[in-house]
Amino acid sequence: MTHTRRLQLKTLPLILVSIILGPLGNVFLGKAMKGIGSVTSSRILDLVPIASQVLASGYIWLGVGCLLGFFIVHMLLLTWADYSYVQPATSLSYLSISFLSYLLLGETISPLRWLGVTVICLGVFLVGRTSPSTTGVHNHA
Amino acid sequence: MREVVLFFLIVVAGTAGEMCVSRAMKGIGEVHDFSPRSVQSFLLQSLRLPWMWLGIALMSLGFFSLLAILSFQEVSFVVPVSALSYAAGAFGAKAFLGERINRNRWIGIAVVCIGVTIVWWSRK
Repeated sequence: MTHTRRLQLKTLPLILVSIILGPLGNVFLGKAMKGIGSVTSSRILDLVPIASQVLASGYIWLGVGCLLGFFIVHMLLLTWADYSYVQPATSLSYLSISFLSYLLLGETISPLRWLGVTVICLGVFLVGRTSPSTTGVHNHA
Repeated sequence: MREVVLFFLIVVAGTAGEMCVSRAMKGIGEVHDFSPRSVQSFLLQSLRLPWMWLGIALMSLGFFSLLAILSFQEVSFVVPVSALSYAAGAFGAKAFLGERINRNRWIGIAVVCIGVTIVWWSRK
């Protein structure tokens, strides 16, 4: 098995996990912030009561938990794969975030927005056909 | 204007933070063992790196900007638009991390950016 093939076999499952956890986290954050209301001021004193509402929201913590899981998976990926490979590859999450926003938040996704997401996924496919690592990081943890 | 400032912080601070984390991760090296003990050791090792903390600080700034914009914009709009960081990330990875980005990868990143632009046009 070639080095590139071996890297792809362990990279792809972790990318799959990250494209579910990341969007799910953002959907929970969106649900929480919509409940809190529009943040219109940038003054520190005005932000204090909003910050306390944020910290008391269960959905915020659910979202943070999902994003933390996403972050750990992302860090593991970055130990062997290029940043410029991992970042575009995980953009498949835009497809899942569109579905999750529609299903869990009731957002209306216009055909134009679906087209944009589809084009993003096409870009991801092109990026996925390149080698995950170009800088030769083979040292062990 | 408020949206532009928040998107700027999400893209610039978030991308810079991820590059700092990436730099820290490359310092640790490739992880082969995914047992809980090894992952814990890996996490503790990463928290000892200054690049990791700088990355966390910048990513936190991006995160709070994301929270602010999510309070008045749709998730399905905000998250795809924040993918403007792809272009910034590619240039940053080449300049600061020494990654070699071949032609095919540039084409892929360009197509992703076209998709982000189309999503921007779908703004309500």
